[in-house]
Amino acid sequence: METYSLLREFADSWVLLVLFAFFVGVVIWVFRPGSTKSYSEPAGIPFRHEDKPASSQSRPAGADAKEA
Amino acid sequence: MTNYIKLIALGLVTLFALIAANYARDLAYLVNALTVALVAAGMFVWTLRHTDEPKPKVDLSGEYMDGVIRAGVVATALWGVVGFLVGTFIAFQLAFPALNFEWAQGFANFGRLRPLHTSAVIFAFGGNALICTSFYVVQRTSAARLWGGNLAWFVFWGYQLVIVLAATGYLLGATQSKEYAEPEWYVDLWLTIVWLAYLAVFLGTIVKRKERHIYVANWFYLSFIITVAMLHVFNNISIPVSVFGSKSVQVFSGVQDAMTQWWYGHNAVGFFLTAGFLGMMYYFVPKQAERPVYSYKLSIIHFWALIFLYIWAGPHHLHYTALPDWASTLGMVFSIILWMPSWGGMINGLMTLSGAWDKLRTDPIIRMMVISIGFYGMSTFEGPMMSIRAVNSLSHYTDWTIGHVHSGALGWNGMITFGALYFLVPKLWNRERLYSLSLVSWHFWLATIGIILYAASMWVTGIMEGLMWREVDANGFLVNSFADTVAAKFPMYVVRGLGGVLFISGAIIMCYNLFMTVRRSPAVDATNSVVPAE
Repeated sequence: METYSLLREFADSWVLLVLFAFFVGVVIWVFRPGSTKSYSEPAGIPFRHEDKPASSQSRPAGADAKEA
Repeated sequence: MTNYIKLIALGLVTLFALIAANYARDLAYLVNALTVALVAAGMFVWTLRHTDEPKPKVDLSGEYMDGVIRAGVVATALWGVVGFLVGTFIAFQLAFPALNFEWAQGFANFGRLRPLHTSAVIFAFGGNALICTSFYVVQRTSAARLWGGNLAWFVFWGYQLVIVLAATGYLLGATQSKEYAEPEWYVDLWLTIVWLAYLAVFLGTIVKRKERHIYVANWFYLSFIITVAMLHVFNNISIPVSVFGSKSVQVFSGVQDAMTQWWYGHNAVGFFLTAGFLGMMYYFVPKQAERPVYSYKLSIIHFWALIFLYIWAGPHHLHYTALPDWASTLGMVFSIILWMPSWGGMINGLMTLSGAWDKLRTDPIIRMMVISIGFYGMSTFEGPMMSIRAVNSLSHYTDWTIGHVHSGALGWNGMITFGALYFLVPKLWNRERLYSLSLVSWHFWLATIGIILYAASMWVTGIMEGLMWREVDANGFLVNSFADTVAAKFPMYVVRGLGGVLFISGAIIMCYNLFMTVRRSPAVDATNSVVPAE
């Protein structure tokens, strides 16, 4: 089969399906139970380290979130 | 030690650039080679004078790297004015052809200046805005200093060199005739190197982040950097005719070349002018409104929907061409679906202000950001509509397209960039506030009225010329000649030029305001000073 036909068959069959399933998966994942709570943490990122990087004494990642 | 290696490298670059200039086969190549030689020689002298100076070891990990962002802010504002100025001038060249001066033929006529305008506003103004804001945002949202030390400075200066080489090349006739990808092969190669360094700095900073999550703005910025790298490489696969000349030949030909070009072209809009600037929106709008983004969930869906759909939309630029029908239908369908994530993103941006709508009355910066999101919504409605084959048969090749592009570029990209600059300058120069808020209001209204004049006149003239082109008499003969449509468009061309004058006046007011902010506004205690507070 020529490359064109081969690629075209990929594109309108299972590759299309995989990509579409991935996207639907993302949407379902975003609305999983408990997501509202877990997304409130990243939503606050812009308000945490405006002036200085997090101090270098190895604090566990996300430690700031727990204090907030 | 590294300085000695640098000196050898710079010396060799200077030498080879001079050899290239000596053998140059065309003027553009000659000037570009001399520019490179000059820059390399200048850097050689600069490095030489700083060699063997004792360098105090300072631990900088306790502060953000803001110097390169300050340089980026200045570059954004200055290139913006240059790009708007050239744009306004060529708008008047279209209205008054006498402005294509006889003595400047071959250098400053419309054909040479038009790519200079588009590249100056998209890549010089927009590109610098994206690079400097992405450096600002990725540091703040990762709580980490930029990765790679002076690599960020290499990205900044390397990118300015791309702009200068491309711009002088256009005026002297070096172009590979691909819209928005005009620079010739050696500029493309250099841009690839700079862009990979940019990716390394950005990704390196994300990798060493102190926050657990990668903030959504960084997702948009990252997709912009990666996709532009991919688009740029594929659309610029060409073979130079000679290493000593600027001319190159594309490897793709015919409809494949056209499809690659518009796959590139539309995704330049989708990822450069949309995804990247959405990264700006997702950081600066919440910051200026002082409240988190309306829905973080929606922002994730916005991201995935946008990158899944945009990549397919390119073929709508090639309706009624040699492109197979199925491909242009595919492009059209995906363009229409794209409306949904675009409006989801617009709603997300606007609703971030819910509960703080009063700020619209008091804060002209937030007003600027809101109108930019409004223009985002408007142009992402207009675009899908114009991609429908039936509408496209009227709108294509007319000024409607130009109006659509400018409502997106001036309204969305321009306004969100202005808002970000007004936000950044007081922060970066440790100023308490902007020099003058009423000047921001002036800028806002001048720019808004300018865009409205621009878009409205282009709608009228675009639809008019589309209708004139297809008008046939009772015997089936075309009624109008092409020159008839050109004559009929004159008043709208003047209005469009005036819109440009208003827009650039606003931008000049902004530059003055930002300059005075740095010079005159009261300083605040340095929060990001040389020495860490502890």
